Formats: sequence, structure tokens, C-alpha cells
Amino acid sequence: MPEFCIAGVAESPLGHVTDQSEPSMIALAAMAALDEAGIARTEVDGLFVNYLGEEGSVQLGEYLGIEPSHADSSDLGGGSWVGFIGHAMAAIAAGQCEVALLAYASRQRTLRKRSRAHVLAPPPPESITAQFDQPAGVPVPIGHFALVTARHMYEYGTTEEQLASVAVTGREWARLNPKAWRRDPLTVADVLASDRICGPIKKLDCCPITDGGGAIVVTTAERARAAKRPPVGIRGWGESHTHWHPHQRRDITSTAAVRSGRQAYEMAGIGPEDVDIFQPYDAFTITPILQLEDLGFCEKGAGGEMFAQGHLRPGGKLPAMTSGGGLSYTHPGAFGIFLVIEAVRQLRGEAGDRQVNPAPKTALVNGIGGLCSYSSTVVLTND
Amino acid sequence: MTDNDDILDPTTAAFWTAAADGKLVVQRCAACGHSQLYPRPFCLACDSTDLTWAETPGLGTVYSCVTVHLPVRADLPPPYSVGLVELDEGPRLLAAVPDDAAIGDRVAARWQPGDGGARPVLSFAPAGSLADAAEVVS
Ligand SMILES: [Zn+2]
Repeated sequence: MPEFCIAGVAESPLGHVTDQSEPSMIALAAMAALDEAGIARTEVDGLFVNYLGEEGSVQLGEYLGIEPSHADSSDLGGGSWVGFIGHAMAAIAAGQCEVALLAYASRQRTLRKRSRAHVLAPPPPESITAQFDQPAGVPVPIGHFALVTARHMYEYGTTEEQLASVAVTGREWARLNPKAWRRDPLTVADVLASDRICGPIKKLDCCPITDGGGAIVVTTAERARAAKRPPVGIRGWGESHTHWHPHQRRDITSTAAVRSGRQAYEMAGIGPEDVDIFQPYDAFTITPILQLEDLGFCEKGAGGEMFAQGHLRPGGKLPAMTSGGGLSYTHPGAFGIFLVIEAVRQLRGEAGDRQVNPAPKTALVNGIGGLCSYSSTVVLTND
Repeated sequence: MTDNDDILDPTTAAFWTAAADGKLVVQRCAACGHSQLYPRPFCLACDSTDLTWAETPGLGTVYSCVTVHLPVRADLPPPYSVGLVELDEGPRLLAAVPDDAAIGDRVAARWQPGDGGARPVLSFAPAGSLADAAEVVS
């Protein structure tokens, strides 16, 4: 069994990107990540992409001039790229490829792909969604997360102030990241005063819509020997999904991270007490709270208080969302790839003003996908 | 009975036929007694394919609910409230709930005819108004 690592990472242009296409953004990120890895483009034989339309890996393969021996365009929502790390390890272990390129780009801010007409295009009338979900008029995805938020508040006493403290935590990190989309000071009161959009969720409980993308190179330690930056070890991964329709999940405040986290911890031989830095997926303020709980950093129901006490902020005992997260740094429709990029940079000690000090040795990354449906978890280390 | 061309899913056809008559039905397993919605060709609890339809009184409890302030559809001007309602038989449904609904409230299902031959529309009213609901659909 080869020892797996992330040999290179890069962001594409971020924010409001008017001078690039999605394939060209991916190409820029891919070439930068491969340069870090010390691996030539023509050595890539595994291609993992999503959200580029039907047969996305085929189209991107042509654009990049890559004819892979293994391809994966699984749609696992925003958490896909965290999951692709595990898929790439499995493909490499099976001898199907040796150098896996994981990539993503979206210009949904510029192209307004997330307009209501796009997101709420009527599902086919024979679908379960059209019959049992869509008639109620729950906006996707925010309505699903709002139902989870409301139930979490009811079951555990989580407050709107605690939810707001998640957004404030991300912003404190974003203020240290020159690439972050939102860097103005933010207070709990600001979040509470923002427009109510759906249930307990207000405007500043939601991620912004940006353009952006990135690339990750996953390979073996052997193939990463020419890397220009220290490769980061992949020690554990896991994934699962639980449901699509909210009425089909018995406990909507418990996520697939319970299972994916257990798998990742077991493979890595560690527990939450060994994690130095945490990268949760913060599409809405409720999601990092759920992930703290489901990944064992606190008791179920205590995640909101853990944020409110400042434990995840700069200088806190469990630094989290250190790029600024989806809520403040960037969120081009899917955020998973950026969680991995940030964890790698923190583990390498190259995160600039936001660098956690001393540099963390073990990072836990958790991607969320779908309608609070999917979770992928990886353990990354710098030793 | 109805012969609604819009019912394209044979597994759920009986659900919508009952709805057109103002009835809320759940799929019940003859082998183990488990009730489920949406319907499947097998029982999620025991895998039996011996499934029947059981009419329910439509009584349930609000499991979660939110008020939507976004414009989602032209026929649904915000704000409006939507809830996950757990029927006493076990299955949950997503549907409109009263504006002041709270988690734990008792509610009762009611069907209203869909516009222009569309499927009937489910909503939940306060449980005390079950008698009113029966009048609406008759
Ligand atoms: Zn059964």
C-alpha cells in the first residue's frame, strides 16, 4: 500500500472573475498545483472533477490535454473534493492511476448560475421531489438548512447569537486573509440585524456567491519526491450520505459526518483530541456547529456554545475556518476544494498573517454536500 | 378515483388518487406493521413486499418549521410557513403549516384541489380544526 500525500494545491482566480472561463480557471490552478508537486501535466493519469456539466471530466480532460486511466465525476455536492481525495487513494491503491488531479471552478457570481430560475427549475413531475417536496415551496438549499437550524435550536437550545458567532469567527480569520471576499469587521449584532431570509437564517448566516476554483494533486509519497513544497500526508478518510428529502431523515440534526468522521479517525488512528486545526464546511452558520458535534469535538448540542466562547477564533484552542471559510473567504457554489487547500497551507506553515502558530501537525477537514446530505472527512498531517 | 395524467409514478398513484378524494394514506407493511411515505415497492423496515394503503386521520406533530421570506414561486407570495410534520403513524411530510406554528404543535392534514387538474395540495391546520378540514375537501 503506497503512502498517500497531497503534493500540490492552488486556487484559481477568486472573487469576481470577468477575464477567465471556468476551464481556463481550472487550467491555471492545475498548472500551479502541478508545479508545486514537481509533476508534469502529462503525468496526470487520474482526473476528478464535478460541476462542469455532463461528462465534465471528459470535457476537462480534452481542455487540459489529459487522457486519464481513471476518471471520476461523482456528484457529491460541495463536499465532493474532500471525498475525491479518498476516491483518488482508492484508485491509486488499485493501480488505476498514480497522479490524481482534483479540480473545480465556477463563475456563478458572474454568470448568475445560482439564480432562482436555475436552482428552482421544476423537477420532473414523476420525481419524488416534485410529488413530496417541491409543492411546499421550501427554497433550495437554504430551506433545508433552515429546518435543521430550527430543530437544533429546539432540541439543544442553540441561539441565534451562537449561530451569529460562527459568522463572526469566520470573519475574524478572513480579516487576516488578503484573498477573502468579505473583510469588513463583523459583530454578532450585525448578523442579528441582517434581513431574515428563511426561518432563523438571516442574510449574514449565509455564504456569499463568488467566482472561484482550485486544484489538488494527490499521489504517492514516491511520486511526490520532486515536490517543491513539503507534501502533506493523507492519514484517513471517510464518507457517507444520509438523505435527500428532509422528511426522510429521522434525526435531521445529525449528519453523515458521524460516520465519515469515525471512518477517518479509525484509519488515521487518532481521535478529535489529536486535531490541531479544523476545516468545517460553512455554507450556513449551522453547519460548523453540526460538524463540531458530529466529529466529536464536543457533546451533541454544545457546538453553538463552543463557537460563542471563541474556541475556534484566532488564538483559540481549536482554530477553524482559518481562510475565513465559505461565509467570508469564498463560496463559488461548492467549497470543499478550498477546505483542503487551506489545511495544506496551514500544515506547511505558509498561511501568512492567519498562520496558526505553532504550525499545526494534524488537520481535520470535513466537506458537506447536497442538502445537508453528504459528508466526507479527511485527516491530513505534516509528518 | 381520478384519472389524472399528471400521476406518472405508478408507485405513488394510489396516494394521489386518495388525495383527490380528500384522504391521506400511508403505505403500511402487512408483515411488520411499519408505515412509510413516500411509498416504495418494499418495506424499509423488513423488506417485505406485502404492502397495503391505510387511510389516516391526518393528525401529527410539527417536527420542524420555518417561515420563508424569499420569493420562491409566483403562486406563493412570502412570507409563508412550511413544516416537517410527523404523522402519528410515523412518516413525516413537508407541507404548509399555520403561520404561528411551533415545533411540537399538534396539526391536522387537509387537502385542497390543485389548480387546473394539478395534484391536490397538502397543508396542515391546527389540530382543533380537523372538522373544518373535512368540510373543505367534501
Ligand atoms: Zn415490514
